[in-house]
Amino acid sequence: MELAIISGKGGTGKSSISAAFATLNGKVVLADCDVDAANLYLLFNPYHDEEEVYISGHKAILNPSLCTNCGLCLEHCRFDAITEGKETVMISETLCDGCFLCSRICPGNAISMVPNDKSRMYSGSFRNGKMVYGRLAPGEENSGKLVTMVRNKAKSIAEESGFEHIILDGPPGIGCPAISTITGVDKVIIVTEPTISGISDMQRAVAIVQKSGRTPYVIINKCDINDDMSDQIKNWCGGNSIPVAGTLPFDPAMVKSMVNSLSINEYDPENSINESIRNIWNNLLNNK
Amino acid sequence: MIKIAVASGKGGTGKTFVATNIFSTLLRNNHNSILVDCDAEAPNSAAFFNTEYSDSLEITQLVPVIDKDRCTFCGKCRDYCNYNAIFILPHVKIINVIEELCHGCGACLVACKFDAITEKPVSLGNVTRFVTNKEHYIIEARTRIGVLSPVPVIKAAIKSIDSSAEIAILDSPPGTSCPFIQTVSKADYVILVTEPTPFGLSDLKQSVETLRILKKPFGVIINRSGIGNNRVQEYLFKEGIDLLLEIPYKKETAQLYSKGILLAESDPFFERQLLAVFESIYAKEWS
Repeated sequence: MELAIISGKGGTGKSSISAAFATLNGKVVLADCDVDAANLYLLFNPYHDEEEVYISGHKAILNPSLCTNCGLCLEHCRFDAITEGKETVMISETLCDGCFLCSRICPGNAISMVPNDKSRMYSGSFRNGKMVYGRLAPGEENSGKLVTMVRNKAKSIAEESGFEHIILDGPPGIGCPAISTITGVDKVIIVTEPTISGISDMQRAVAIVQKSGRTPYVIINKCDINDDMSDQIKNWCGGNSIPVAGTLPFDPAMVKSMVNSLSINEYDPENSINESIRNIWNNLLNNK
Repeated sequence: MIKIAVASGKGGTGKTFVATNIFSTLLRNNHNSILVDCDAEAPNSAAFFNTEYSDSLEITQLVPVIDKDRCTFCGKCRDYCNYNAIFILPHVKIINVIEELCHGCGACLVACKFDAITEKPVSLGNVTRFVTNKEHYIIEARTRIGVLSPVPVIKAAIKSIDSSAEIAILDSPPGTSCPFIQTVSKADYVILVTEPTPFGLSDLKQSVETLRILKKPFGVIINRSGIGNNRVQEYLFKEGIDLLLEIPYKKETAQLYSKGILLAESDPFFERQLLAVFESIYAKEWS
C-alpha cells in the first residue's frame, strides 16, 4: 500500500502521525514529501546510501558586456523579472521563472540560463526500514517535480527490499507538491485539527483529492482542543461521505517524543494514544 | 507604507495567529493598517474578523490556443516550452496544450512562425477584499482548487494593496520556496514565527538562510514557548538574531484560536506585547 498523508493546514500533526505509522509494525519505506521543510530525518537520523542532485529549474543570467540595452527581453518577460537599467537591463533572480524566452530571443546572446543545482534527494536506511527524502534548496522551485522523484525512488526501493508499505509524509497546502504527493497513491489521509482554520483547509484538501477521483480518510488530531468543532468536522465528513478514520487527543507526549527524536510509540509505548493510532492503521489496511 | 510579512518554514507554528492579532492590535491603536492573506492555498485570516465582502478580482493566466488548420506541426513551440506543456505527435497531426503545466510565459507565441497560436485566459483564483466596520481592508488571495502554483494570485494580492494605509501585514504561506519568496521579497521586514521543537528549529534555520540570501531584515517570535526545549533560543543567541517575543503555550489560547477569537482582544497584556514588538521593529528599521 502506498499511503499519502496531507493536511491543507500546516502543523496539524502529519509528520508525528507518519512517524508513528512508520514504527508500528514491520519495516516500511518512509518518504518525506514535504521537500520545503523536510523534518522526518530529524527523528530517524537515516544512514545515507545515496545522494542525488535535483535540478529544480534555471535562472537567466545577463552578460553585461554583450547587452546592448535594446529592451527586447524586457518587452517579452511576463514575470516582471527584467527591468530597465542605465547601460544594460537588469534581471532579478528571485522573479525569474526560468522560461528561457529571453535567452532565446536576445539578439546579442547576452543571456544564458544557469541550472539551479543546490537541491538534493537522499535515500538510505533507518531503524525500521528505508527512507527517502528531498531537500529543496532555499528559494528554489518546482517542488512537485522533486516530490515525484522522491516517490519514484521510494517505489523502486520498495520493490528491491520487498517492503509492502510506502508512507508518504506530505507538504501543507493544496498546490503543486501536495498534488504530486497524492497522484496515483492507494490511500490518502487528511490530518486536521478542530479549529476554524483546520476545518476550512481540510475542506480544500478534500476537494483536491476528490478532483483526482478518490475519497480521502480524515484523522482529527488534537480533537479535545475544541469538542464542538470536532463534532462539526465529523458531521461535515458524514454529510459528504468522507470516512473519519479516527480521532486523537492532544497529548504533550507527542511533542516530547519529537524532542527526543522518537516516534510516540517508541517514546511512550504505554500511552493509550498508540492503541488509537494502531486502530486507525488497521482500519486503513482493511478498508479496500 | 511599511510592509511586514509574518512567515515560517514549518506550517502550523502560528503565522495566522500572530498576523491576525498584530493587525487587530494595530487597528485598536489607531494605526491605519491592512491585512493581506498571502497563504493562497489555505487562506484563513479573514475568518477572524467581522467583515463584509467588498469586491473580488479574478486572477487569470494566459494559455496558448493552437489553430490546427494553420499549425504545420513543426514542433518549434514544443521546443521553446520549458514546462512540457505542449504535446505533439507530428506524423498523426496531434497537438495538445496541457494547460495545468503552462506558466503563461508566451514563448510558444514567439516560437510559432505560422500565426497558429493565440492565447486565452484561464482562472487561477481570486483576490477578494473584505472591509471591517471601521473601513479597514483585509485582502485575501485564494487559489482555485487544482491550480498548481499560487504565485500569480499572491503577486496580484500584494499589487492590489492600497498604498494610503500606513502598515500592511502580509500573512505568508509556509515553506521557503516560490510562494514564500514572492511574499517576503515584497516586504520591508519579516517576522518569523517558530515553535521550540526540533522541527521548528530545523525549518527556522532554512527560513533564516533564505532571508539572508534575500537580504531582508527579520526577527523571530517563538510561539507555544515551553512545549519543547531551549535549542531555538540558543540558536538565536548564537546567530545574533532578534527574539521579538515568546508566547507561552496555554491550552486556553489554543481553544480561543480554535473558535476564531483573537487573544489580543481579550488579553490587554498580550496586546501591549504585540504593540511593543511593532514599535521596536519600527524604531529599529525606520526611524
